[in-house]
Amino acid sequence: MAKEKKTVLVTKQEWLSDDICSMWLKAGSMVSQIRPGQFISVYSCDGSRLLPRPISICQTDKEKEELRIVYRLVGQGTREFSACKPGDSIEILGPLGNGFPQIPPDRTVLLMGGGIGIPPMLELAKSLGCGKTAVLGYRDKLFLNHEFEPCCRVFVATEDGSAGTKGNVLDAVRENGLQADVIMACGPAPMLRAIKLYAQENHIECYLSLEEKMACGIGACLACVCQTKEVDHHSNVHNARICKDGPVFRAEEVEL
Amino acid sequence: MNTKVTIAGVELKNPVMTASGTFGSGQEYGEFVDLNLLGAVVTKGVSNIPWPGNPTPRIAETYGGMINAIGLQNPGIDVFIKRDIPYLKQYDTKIIVNVCGKTAQDYVDVVQRLGDQPVDLLEINISCPNVKEGGIAFGQDPKAVEAITKEVKRHARQPVIMKLSPNVTDITATAKAAEAGGADAISLINTLTGMKIDINRRTFAVANKTGGLSGPAIKPVAVRMVYQTAQAVKLPVIGMGGIMTAEDAIEFILAGATAVSVGTANFRNPYATAEIARGIQAYMESQGVDDICQLIGAVR
Repeated sequence: MAKEKKTVLVTKQEWLSDDICSMWLKAGSMVSQIRPGQFISVYSCDGSRLLPRPISICQTDKEKEELRIVYRLVGQGTREFSACKPGDSIEILGPLGNGFPQIPPDRTVLLMGGGIGIPPMLELAKSLGCGKTAVLGYRDKLFLNHEFEPCCRVFVATEDGSAGTKGNVLDAVRENGLQADVIMACGPAPMLRAIKLYAQENHIECYLSLEEKMACGIGACLACVCQTKEVDHHSNVHNARICKDGPVFRAEEVEL
Repeated sequence: MNTKVTIAGVELKNPVMTASGTFGSGQEYGEFVDLNLLGAVVTKGVSNIPWPGNPTPRIAETYGGMINAIGLQNPGIDVFIKRDIPYLKQYDTKIIVNVCGKTAQDYVDVVQRLGDQPVDLLEINISCPNVKEGGIAFGQDPKAVEAITKEVKRHARQPVIMKLSPNVTDITATAKAAEAGGADAISLINTLTGMKIDINRRTFAVANKTGGLSGPAIKPVAVRMVYQTAQAVKLPVIGMGGIMTAEDAIEFILAGATAVSVGTANFRNPYATAEIARGIQAYMESQGVDDICQLIGAVR
């Protein structure tokens, strides 16, 4: 599967929340290759901001050859992206990473997203052909939750209790008695750590999508490693590359 | 038009190489760039045993640059010989293996293991700012530079490039020490030790606290040091530090570099190395230069 760096057109940009933006990009032929859980690198047009920002793919439209990213404004780079308007162009590299595996139709999946870990779960929810339930965790303001509703049951948790379960995604799982054969999750490290433990205790197959500061995005620079339980085949030490060997790992393979 | 340059008897088809640590052993960037177009691939540093590297976060962007503290993570010489050298041998480019160690014996172990391997040049990393025990400990003291160079040269079957640290008061002192120790070439600059603080988390941006600053922000420092070194020693100099474009590369060549390495630019543009090689040719055409050697050190 060929990765490519190219200049693409922005087709839509909208704010979903105070600091969350959604952008559709006319990415061309790469869109047909995208698997849920993969990401793209997005480049600033300002040369003083050298490194690309790795951003998960939230949705694809294979007919229109478009992809969607939903991202949080965390600094000058993402602020610049948020100012792009339809018709503007932007440089991206992708598709990157391994993505989530497909699950047989007779099994059930809990999709858990926390904060800016929610966007990649949408493409996953749309693509899985098995029984699925989404559990989405927010600090306060909700985003994207209605977009999950056409394809699965959706439960939300908020830290401030303003919507759904007061607490985190696991609190929502417990409160609603949710069960599944497989867990797939993306979110902040403490959430993933708790989910890994939960899956272990309940003997549930579990896949986690990790995040780390990246430079190259393609597996060369070794910036974005995570600790692995066994010696990794590529690094020959207990480190795997999140950008290339991940971002999705079997929970038991990684030390969080 | 001639774009060939020679370093310690090894002829490169053009002066463009990769900077160690930014390009792995070529496999990942081989998906973007035809490695046959490069003068040489310089591998990520390899040590006698696998090294796990530093905790994360290992990098942080800074204005016009980046700080890294990878900590020389590498799979060790055994895996490197079995996997990475055969990969690179598929291409018509020179192979330069960057060697790292914590003790003089560590360097010698790796150099000896590479003796019967199809490797064209060795680059000895005595200047990594991110590994306390080794690397930089050898690179900042001229006496230590001379001693380690001598020791490596005593065991090396391939010509030896000593990679110097810019984190010194006088670059010509360590350059002359490498020359006195018998080095066949000098490469510089490695990264400049830097620090970034995350004001929101109120902590260091990289877990190692300090890291090596690279990228276009450091280019003027690098050009100056390449110039000074080229004036001070008779050895060929390989210049690097913030090269993003062919124009940047030509600056280094005019300052005295026989070849150049492209590093951080790869992260911004995975096609950078091949584009720079092509751009140098375009510059020569437009300037009516028929031999690149006419440009080397042309500005005094």
